[in-house]
Amino acid sequence: MITQTLIKQGAYYDSVTLMQVAQAIVELEGIEDAAVVMGTPANKGILENANLLTAEARDASADDLVVAVRGNTEDHVGHAIAQVEQELQSSRAPQEADATAPRPKTVAAAVDQQPDSNIAIVSVAGRYAAGVARDALKGGLHVFLFSDNVSVEDEVALKQFGRERGLLVMGPDAGTAIVNGIALGFANSVLTTPPAPGGVGIVAASGTGLQAVTSSLAKQAIGITQAVGTGGRDLSLEVGGIMMIEALKALQADPYTRTLLLVSKPPSTEVATEVLAQLQESEKLAVVCFLGGKRATIEASGAIAATTLEEAALIAAEVVRDGDPRRVLKSLKKRDRQLQAQAETLKAGLSKKQRYFRGLFSGGTFCYEAQLILGKMLGRKQIMSNAPLDKVNELRDANQSEGHTAVDLGEDEFTVGRLHPMLDPTLRNRRIIQEAHDPETAVIYLDIVLGYGVHPDPAGAAVDTIREAQTYLDSKGRRVVFMAHVCGTSTDPQNAIAQEAKLRKAGVLVMPSNAAAMRLAGYILRPA
Amino acid sequence: MPIEDLFHQPIRAVNVGLQIFADSLQLQGAEVLHVDWRPPLQGYATLSRTKSGVDIDTANAEAVDRIRQGRPRLIGMGIAGKVIPGMGRRMILHSGPPITWERMCGPQRGAVVGAAVYEGWATDYDEAAELAASGGITFEPCHHHHTVGPMAGIVSPSMPVFIVENQTFGNVTYATQNEGLGRVLRYGAYGDDVLQHLKWMEKELYPALRTALSSTGPIDLRSLIAQALHMGDEVHNRNRAATSLFIRQIAPALITATTKSRSQAILRFIDSNDHFFLNLSMAAVKAMLEPAESVEGSSIVTVMARNGTDFGIRIAAVPDQWFTAPAPVVEGLWLPGYSAEDANPDIGDSSITETGGLGGFAMAAAPAIVRFVGGTSSLALRVTREMYEITTGEHEMFTVPALNFRGTPLGIDVRKVMETGILPFINTGIAHKEPGIGMVGAGLVRAPQACFQAAFEALCEICE
Repeated sequence: MITQTLIKQGAYYDSVTLMQVAQAIVELEGIEDAAVVMGTPANKGILENANLLTAEARDASADDLVVAVRGNTEDHVGHAIAQVEQELQSSRAPQEADATAPRPKTVAAAVDQQPDSNIAIVSVAGRYAAGVARDALKGGLHVFLFSDNVSVEDEVALKQFGRERGLLVMGPDAGTAIVNGIALGFANSVLTTPPAPGGVGIVAASGTGLQAVTSSLAKQAIGITQAVGTGGRDLSLEVGGIMMIEALKALQADPYTRTLLLVSKPPSTEVATEVLAQLQESEKLAVVCFLGGKRATIEASGAIAATTLEEAALIAAEVVRDGDPRRVLKSLKKRDRQLQAQAETLKAGLSKKQRYFRGLFSGGTFCYEAQLILGKMLGRKQIMSNAPLDKVNELRDANQSEGHTAVDLGEDEFTVGRLHPMLDPTLRNRRIIQEAHDPETAVIYLDIVLGYGVHPDPAGAAVDTIREAQTYLDSKGRRVVFMAHVCGTSTDPQNAIAQEAKLRKAGVLVMPSNAAAMRLAGYILRPA
Repeated sequence: MPIEDLFHQPIRAVNVGLQIFADSLQLQGAEVLHVDWRPPLQGYATLSRTKSGVDIDTANAEAVDRIRQGRPRLIGMGIAGKVIPGMGRRMILHSGPPITWERMCGPQRGAVVGAAVYEGWATDYDEAAELAASGGITFEPCHHHHTVGPMAGIVSPSMPVFIVENQTFGNVTYATQNEGLGRVLRYGAYGDDVLQHLKWMEKELYPALRTALSSTGPIDLRSLIAQALHMGDEVHNRNRAATSLFIRQIAPALITATTKSRSQAILRFIDSNDHFFLNLSMAAVKAMLEPAESVEGSSIVTVMARNGTDFGIRIAAVPDQWFTAPAPVVEGLWLPGYSAEDANPDIGDSSITETGGLGGFAMAAAPAIVRFVGGTSSLALRVTREMYEITTGEHEMFTVPALNFRGTPLGIDVRKVMETGILPFINTGIAHKEPGIGMVGAGLVRAPQACFQAAFEALCEICE
């Protein structure tokens, strides 16, 4: 085994590019391990743990690119390093036709080159994100701030600054938004009003929540006007719902928006009061889904309350069609009875030992909603998670399930030095096998999230592993219920219909929504 | 732009960070410009105010305004020892930050021994070297004496110098006469031929030019440089147009200033030396920059200079302090028979032109010189456009036709260098590392990062 290092001084690449390159290198023949990282102290720690921290790498500065490769022979390693250089080169976007314009290095320079810019998409590392977002606001741009690890203080300052200037600040940690029909971040291809009928304007403090309701509306042929993501912390007491309120005002003033739809985890009481008060400022009917929140306060404000993402989208569609929202609840009840019957059949295939739910989530809000629904059906204390509703239900080790477990694979412990599970299925696939080996596992559930910016074939990436798991289970004479829900639309780059077909073909039970899947799982696992 | 307005216009996005988001916007048919962002350099922090309460942006605006207002004029000539303030009797001025004989590079040592013999302090070059090594000569940077010198930048007391006055602020700067190409002192060449040429410059060129200047009156260098930029010069590595313009202005007076044969020889000499104007452009820019040196709390770079060993910069907020790093090796094209192995690290005060928004910063005006780096003419435009990202303002007088007469980028803000990681571009000639050989090539180089990091650290200390 030999280890070689290449230092490229002052060469900067974003972390996603570097991780993609490293992944490609590790797959080469004769290569045991490789890292392609900027020489920050944190990355040097990672190199050290991987036994890749050579003397040269130790001396590199945070501004240098470090390529470290360990392999069988000098030839293997040399070839891999050459390959890194090639991959890095091809990762650079081709120079525009106007070769005289340097690619802008700052937001200000970009605005200078493209003077009528109106929005900045910011996804740089958290510690720089607030500065870049501020520059964008100063340049008169609305901001979609995808980056996480931005402090609350910075978030408040940015949002106040944006509010003063009439600019939207979506995020930090905004996964999704759809503005004027254009999907920002990880968003889906949906119908837009105009021209599509509907006119639902959405504000969501949840990325996957926003994806779920917009996709569901698209499936019902209902158009949305705008879907604004505020970032998960917007409705906290500290931030005070600044952007949800600003976005609401804008949608209330927007002539195409007829119905409002709000999605969030439960806000702080003070902020909820303010948001609900703002709803009363216009005649437009509002559907409010504060997951796990109190129904009564919402209804007192004249809005319609929804308890799940699915319900929220169905009710909003019903409102658009001038129907009675109660019809939605009735039909969901009816479906529930069907799910109950289905559960009885599925239960019959399980052994007595198989008692537990194992949800492997890529969407944080789906994981949250799952815990709420299962908690209600199986007992709140029974559901463990690395992102639990209550601190006492926190997994001791996020890598090890205990009892009923809902794992959010998008949480920090899984994404340090690694891509988000919506982009890189490796960790989830590994976990599928791990759960299949546990004789107590009854249900394995996956949320398959489609849209722009995410993995090109998430179902395809999962089914090979699911088949492998099934082969193992067959050999043990066990069956596990594999369940999935595809969040997306048929016009998404991945095509929801094709994705669902792939899953079914592999014997996966494809459910129409996260909530439906959780109800079914709950019925299967409910003690007799 | 109120939020509702955004809802009724096409998305035109600026993407900073992950390329995938730019790709997906493009896939949806939205307009998007991807920013080639990189994290700020190590040690960067947002600085806006000094402890003494000065707003840095305001100070920088003031500094740049002073540079823009400066009007350098060539007002006369004199002998270094008599006119340059603080010039001692056994003193030699050199380019770049302060340096001792022990650490001097080959070309600078060569020029020192040449100058010592020229001054008559030693009878031969070995003796001159011993004198220098034994501390018999005082070395000080040109920049400590309102002076600038190309390459080795050697100025000794009996050398004639141009006197340039900034008419707006009254400050005065100095530079020697350019010696031409070939075996010359500034590239470290010494020998009887070199000294003979220096003597000719002192005894014939200087008196004639001085007399001519007294009859032409002051020559407006700012206006001359402005014209040269429109004729393909950036007045650092290309001075062909400026030299020609200078001849046009001086020739009528010159032919009456001395004998016919002497004035002929002088005009031929200037004509044969495309860089004759370089020393004047350097003194002119130095004169324009000096008033900015005293602006309290400004993060503008007022000097970039190299002595062939160290590269040094100075900033207005921390005057009198040099921030140095090892001088980089220039990448470039080589004269026949030479290669990178022969090159001395970057040397000379001529990077004062870049500091003042000319030279590499005005590359877009001088597409012909990109051939030095084997580039295309679009490279010239790119270089200048990139420099706008680290500067505070633009020149009013110095404009670039190819950029629709936009002013050249002016006033390097050390904060912006740190934030963007973009280092100033310098166009330069390359000296042989051994004394006495001369020029081996020319090329393009970036100022070293460590100077800016050191200057920024010092700035942090005086800031809130």
